[in-house]
Amino acid sequence: MDLRFSTEELAFRDELRRFIRDNLPDDIRERLQLGHKVEKPDIVRWQRILNKKGWAAYNWPKEWGGPGWTPIQRMMFLEEIQTFPAPEVNPFNITMLGPVLIQFGSDEQKQRFLPRAANLDDWWCQGFSEPGAGSDLAALKTAARRDGDHYIVNGQKIWTSTAHIADWCFCLVRTNPQAAKRQEGISFLLIDMKTPGITVRPIISIDGEHHLNEVFFDDVKVPVEMRIYEENKGWDVAKFLLGNERTGIARLGKSKERVNFAKQKAREMRAHGKPLSEDPEFRRRIAALETELKSLEITQLRVLSAQKAGERRQDPLTAVLKLKGTELLQATTELAMDVAGPLAMPDWADELEALSNEPELGPVWATEATRSYLFLRAASIYGGTNEIMKNIVSKAVLGL
Amino acid sequence: MDFDLTDEQRLLSDSVDRLLADTYTFEKRKTYLAEPEGWSRGLWSQYGELGLLGLPFAEEHGGFGGGGIETMLVMQAFGRVLALEPYLASVVLSGTALRLADNLAQQSALLPRIAEGKLVVAFAHGERQARYDLSDVLTNAQPKGGGWVLNGAKSVVAHGDIADKLIVSARIAGDRNDSAGIALFLVDANANGVARRAYRLRDGMGAAEIALAGVEIGRDALLCEAGAAFPVIERVAEAGIAATAAEAVGAMETMQAMTLEYLKTRQQFGRPIGDNQALQHRASEMFVALEQGRSLAMLAAMMVEEPDSGMVGAAERARNIAMVKVGVGQAARFVSQNAVQLHGGIGMTEEYAVGHYFRRVMVIEHSFGDTAHHLSRLAEEVR
Repeated sequence: MDLRFSTEELAFRDELRRFIRDNLPDDIRERLQLGHKVEKPDIVRWQRILNKKGWAAYNWPKEWGGPGWTPIQRMMFLEEIQTFPAPEVNPFNITMLGPVLIQFGSDEQKQRFLPRAANLDDWWCQGFSEPGAGSDLAALKTAARRDGDHYIVNGQKIWTSTAHIADWCFCLVRTNPQAAKRQEGISFLLIDMKTPGITVRPIISIDGEHHLNEVFFDDVKVPVEMRIYEENKGWDVAKFLLGNERTGIARLGKSKERVNFAKQKAREMRAHGKPLSEDPEFRRRIAALETELKSLEITQLRVLSAQKAGERRQDPLTAVLKLKGTELLQATTELAMDVAGPLAMPDWADELEALSNEPELGPVWATEATRSYLFLRAASIYGGTNEIMKNIVSKAVLGL
Repeated sequence: MDFDLTDEQRLLSDSVDRLLADTYTFEKRKTYLAEPEGWSRGLWSQYGELGLLGLPFAEEHGGFGGGGIETMLVMQAFGRVLALEPYLASVVLSGTALRLADNLAQQSALLPRIAEGKLVVAFAHGERQARYDLSDVLTNAQPKGGGWVLNGAKSVVAHGDIADKLIVSARIAGDRNDSAGIALFLVDANANGVARRAYRLRDGMGAAEIALAGVEIGRDALLCEAGAAFPVIERVAEAGIAATAAEAVGAMETMQAMTLEYLKTRQQFGRPIGDNQALQHRASEMFVALEQGRSLAMLAAMMVEEPDSGMVGAAERARNIAMVKVGVGQAARFVSQNAVQLHGGIGMTEEYAVGHYFRRVMVIEHSFGDTAHHLSRLAEEVR
């Protein structure tokens, strides 16, 4: 047992830091340092810079335009991007669709979609959840009826992040309503969002922003060659997609960045006539969070070490990464908001957007800290709620 | 970076597990508890034969040159069965003090005898007024005729009830909290002026209040001089935290396993109680706490032998160890409280094992500084 990274790994981390420092555009850096959310054009611009370097598809093999990194290198990449902070690569393209295409796609599908996904020429969204199929994903009803060389898709998806700015959607659809088991009648389709019959309706979240959508499919024609893997075998693809990303799941870098951000801002805020950073209660809260982060960091290294040793089985510790990782992400964004105190409460996103000439209602970072807190309440909901995760642990790990 | 054990470490772990599997059933443990000393002399010599009692010592002192990982493996195995022998007091705490005090004569005289199981040494540092403050020492040592006279009192000395020798901290200069004025002395536990009031801790382990009234000791009894002694005391506490973190993880493993077994077999309303989602989620949370605690115990094992002058350094090592104490303390509280809760009434009984594990991790949490103590230390250092 040894905590130390190799000389090569440390050199690699230095290279990452240097590259981000030297290549992240200043305006994006400034926005992120203020805690602003990143918009599509920023993400596209930065992902293309990364892609030119061969790093955007950080978890893909070399053969398909990725860097062919080890699990440790991937972890370092995510950590450096998140703590810097720089925009993260589009997860739908890189961590979800890419590995699915590489594993299950035909050569033609790989050649057509992988390079464009890496370069963010296509922005992908994920059409999984439905009004009647959230945690119980296999209950999905959106139907794809075979008609010659096409499927005719009818139904509705919901909670579809970024559908309003997406070019393509990877979707789970029901191709055999008569299948003996619900899971056996599902297929995985790639759908061009410009196809006639698709309607996208916004859902505004509690942070006041438009991330989520409802997507309606009304006799949407999808060519059969847009199906990934075999017909009615889409559940295998979905399971692979949901289970394959093990390194990024804890988002430790993001939580660390939030704690550092809170510590920095606490030096500027005052409480009881002193900087908040000197308040014993505040400092205990930081110490407790840093302790939990340290523990999760070691847990993440344990997972990576087992991967390195070539263990292919699903590691039960991944559940710890997901459960604790999301709890800490929420606790750290909550901390950043609490540092701002009452200044975090004014909602002036509209003024920010209108570049109004009125005096500011407080520091920009304060209102943005609240937005981030509100947004990340979703962290324990998306990708399977933490309660579902505990069900899975209790059955698959503990045998209850 | 890797978390793999070497073949030797795996072998060590296996052989300890094998020995304990036969000798440390819960029923047999009761018979050891009932012995006058509260532990098994017979097993103690078997540990010696297996090399466990000299594990962290240099070969020249009859040891095996093991490090933090080896100690972790042994302590974790002890934690799984709630071993009662004075391994922590004699091998880990006193052994660390002797190893680091740099007193070659004492090392050659004592370490081989500890390794053989012929000598049990207790680390007598804590005092009643000190709570968890390591520098709060009122016991004093006055020079007399080339030697020393000790006066004072030591409190809750683990296995101080049966120890042959004591390592005693005493002030030779400075005020109550002056760490630079503290030295370490070796005292025969039966020396004139040493009065021991023996008792059991809540977990059944032996301990003692030790009064020192005009205890005269020779010049060679000075183990570590003032100035050098306090850093050694801090290292002893760190070694204790690392070792008991591993022991707590072992205890949590057993509590988790017992609880799962109970959830699967105990029937109510015509089905196993583990069918209830409320209990399933609690069990999942116990799993998360256990694994987070295990990660920290591993961190401690990898940190504890880092030298002051190395890449990590003393301050960073101490900060990591404090985090371990906080995190393992919280995990052990969660797992142990819920282990009793999920067992229901049977978990409250003396005859059932889970309550004994509960009390062991409770005692561990209140050794070497509790969660609140170390959280405060960490909070002071937030930058």
